[in-house]
This record gives sequence, C-alpha cells and structure tokens, in this order.
Amino acid sequence: MAIMEDRKMPPNCTNPESDAFYAAAEEGKFMIRRCTACKKAHWYPRAVCPFCFGATEWEQASGEGTIYSFSTMLRSNFTMAYVTLKEGPTMMTNIVKADPEQLKIGGKVKVVFVQTDANKVPCFEPA
Amino acid sequence: MSIKGQAYIAGAFEHPTRKAPDKSVFQLHAECAAGALADAGLTKDDVDGYFCAGDAAGMGPINIADYMNLRLRYLDSTDVGGTSYIGAVGHAAAAIHAGKCNVALITLSGRPRSEGVQTGTGQRPGNPQVGDSPWETHFSPATTNVYGMVAARHMHEYGTTSEQLAWIKVAASHHAQWNEHAMLRNVVTVEEVVNSPLVSTPLHRLDCCVISDGGGALLVVKPEIARSLKRPLVKVMGHGESWKGQMGGDVDLTYSGARWSGAAAFAESGVKQSDIKYASIYDSFTITVLMQLEDLGFCEKGMGGKFVSDGNLISGVGKLPFNTDGGGLCNNHPANRGGITKVIEAVRQLRGEAHPKVQVANCDVALAHGTGGLLGSRHGSSTLILERE
Repeated sequence: MAIMEDRKMPPNCTNPESDAFYAAAEEGKFMIRRCTACKKAHWYPRAVCPFCFGATEWEQASGEGTIYSFSTMLRSNFTMAYVTLKEGPTMMTNIVKADPEQLKIGGKVKVVFVQTDANKVPCFEPA
Repeated sequence: MSIKGQAYIAGAFEHPTRKAPDKSVFQLHAECAAGALADAGLTKDDVDGYFCAGDAAGMGPINIADYMNLRLRYLDSTDVGGTSYIGAVGHAAAAIHAGKCNVALITLSGRPRSEGVQTGTGQRPGNPQVGDSPWETHFSPATTNVYGMVAARHMHEYGTTSEQLAWIKVAASHHAQWNEHAMLRNVVTVEEVVNSPLVSTPLHRLDCCVISDGGGALLVVKPEIARSLKRPLVKVMGHGESWKGQMGGDVDLTYSGARWSGAAAFAESGVKQSDIKYASIYDSFTITVLMQLEDLGFCEKGMGGKFVSDGNLISGVGKLPFNTDGGGLCNNHPANRGGITKVIEAVRQLRGEAHPKVQVANCDVALAHGTGGLLGSRHGSSTLILERE
C-alpha cells in the first residue's frame, strides 16, 4: 500500500475556542488545555474543564503519542486514528507519511502539522 | 415510578419501499403513519401525541405535524441518531403514564438511496457551532472508519477476528432470504464476507449495512386502548437510554452506551438476559452488533466473537435469534436510521407475525436496542424490553 501523503485534507473550521490553537499551529506549536483546578489535561480543548467545570489554560504539549486505534479507508487512502498523547488525553487525528500496513496499535507517533486551505492541523507520523 | 406495563405497542408498520425516487420524505412519513393506524385499528383523529427525530426536516416536529395535520397535546423530537425511535417508545410510555397523551405516533422516513448519499464514506461539512467540529471534521470521520477503529481495537484487546464478525452478516442473510422486501436476499458465507472488498480496515463491504429509502411507524397507546383493539397485546416492560462519547479524552472504544441503557432497561422490566427469546440489535456494521451484545450482557466482555459464531444468532439454529427481518445488514436502513425497524420486527415476533421460517417459538419476551450517531466517537444508546401479554 502506498505511503500516505497525497490526500488533500478538507479545511478545518474554527470557533473562538479553537482560534489560539490554530494560531500556535502556524508557528509549529502543538497546544493542549489543562484544568487550573483539577490539573487534568483533556482533549478536545475546551474553556471549561470536562472533568470538573474548572477554568482551563493552554500549555504546549510534547507532540509524542501512541496509536490507540486506527482504520485505513481504502478508496481514498488515508488513515483515521485515535492517538493517546504523552500528556494523557486521546485525540482523533490522521496518520500521515506512513505505510498503513506497517502501522500497529501501540506504535509510537509524533505530531506533524498538515496545511489545509484554512489552517495547519495536527496529524501524526511514525516516531 | 416506572413505565412497566403502563403502555402497549398497538400498531407497527414498515414501508415496503426500498427505493422511492417518486415520493417525498413527508409523504413517506404519512404513508407509514397511515399504515400503523390501519394495523392497530385506530384512526388519525385518535392520535394525540407525536414523536419524531432528525429525519423529520423542519422545526422539530412542527412542519411534519402540519403536513399530517395532527391535533396534538404532546410533542417530542429528541434526536439521538438512528436509535431515536427506540428511545421514543420509552418517552411515549412515560408521557402516557403521566396522562399527557393516549395514542402516541412515532414515525421515521427518508430516502438517502434516491438522493445518492454516500452514507458510510462521504466527507461531512464542518460546523463551527458544534464544539467538536473544529477539532475533527477535517480528519474525515466518515462513519465506516470510525466504526473501523472500534473493530480494530476490539480485535487488539480480545483477539476478535474478521471471521467472527462475518458470522453476524451470515446470520442476517439467513433471515433476509425469507423477506420479500429485503435488499440483499442471497445467503452469504463467512468466506464471502471476509473476501468482500475492504472499505475501511478491518471492515469489509459485507460488514456494512445497506443504504435504503423507506420508513416505519409505531403506535404506543395506554393499556385501556390496547385492550379495546383486536391486535395481540405487546406490553412495554422497560426502557433505558444513555450516550457515550470521548469522555474528555479518556477514550475507550471497548464498550458502548449499551452498558448503561441496557442495565436500566433490564432493571425496570425485571427481565433477565436469559428471558429474552428474540433480540433486535442495531446493525449499522457487524462490529456494532458484537459490541452491543456484550454490553447488554448476553455474553462476557470480549467474548462477543465466540458468542456470534457458528450460527448462534440464526433463528431456529442458535440461542439468540436476532434481526429476523434481515436487519440493516440485509433488509433496509431507512434514512440511515435503523431504530424503528428494530422495534417493528420485535413486535412481529411477539405477535407471532414474523415470517414462519424465522418466527421464534413461544416468543414472549423481546429486546430492541440501538446505537445512534457514531459508535467510535459519540453515540446515543437506547434499549427497550417488550412482552407479549
């Protein structure tokens, strides 16, 4: 199976809660949000903590993770995945620049930003 | 306070069409409503409660109620995806028990086949008003790949195989051969399923449900009305509903909301898993069935693959006959929403009106369960338990 890097990703949409994330992504920074009250990181980023309703703040994440699960669509040749971040949360993403037949659950991956017609979005490639 | 025994399903109708380019969606709803009323022996003027969901376009239930010109004192348009109509039976029973209505009509209809909707593979547009959309839509969670991730994780955790998943499709096809309206009536083998083209790993084309037009309707009525009619008595015993999502990032694809909705329905009904003679289990994909059977307690978590194998879901062969109409995998999936047909086939079984080749002997207790939305990202879950009186 071919290496996946040719898919033209659809543009992301944004709202006021996501603007700062995509601004940081332009600078190559991968941000997550953590609660100032319960200290737990979450995904997807929210202003209100999904665990305790506390206030949250941005922090730069390591960009390291492991594949929790993945599924490769054959016709359009791209891989949907959940990646568990080193910081704890698991996020929906795409795996790029990889041969899908070589991917494994538990495999180590690192963040790579892919340009869309809107912003750069956080995908992952084998580490 | 419980709905147990407080309402009955007096009418059920499944539209025979599977492709309806010459009909409108509201027309299909109204034809289904008329069919359910005829089945029950009730008239349009008897309806005083109406329940619909996202397939009824317009402002909640208002535009469609206007099309049908209903006189209502209770309306509910709770939308939790394709399972909404299973939950609606519980909502209708609660409304009847509270004296808010006497005859509740539930309808579903749609025509994605005629409209050429790429249900399982198409890109969906982003919507910044939906909180998760700026984080996900561009990754193209196109239904099949999200269910594919659930299947892949189940295989990783429990050793489930594609051959085991295939048995679910095989069982559905054994039932569909007797349904003259089913889209796919050919009996298939495990080999044919696992050798069909991969759509999104590890799911094959024959792991996926059909795309069909059509619809259905139900009538839930108070006990006094049910007893005044000439139809067999199908009593609502219990109902449960829930949802499950990504839990703030604590994603766990090994179980579904059925764990909670099922437990609530069993508790309310006082029925045990071993009492269930027939089960309608939402079958958008084979993995959907396997996951739900485990979470409903029909087998231990992780043992679903073994449970569904060797024809255990085939009527007359296995221990738990399921989806004897052929289900979404072979019969139909109107409006990409299979909830109402799950209830309709359960009613047929309890009445003894299923096709003789698939009718379960002495079918006195049945379950209908569904998952709406996407099993692997966020989904609604509804469980209904019914008893023949």
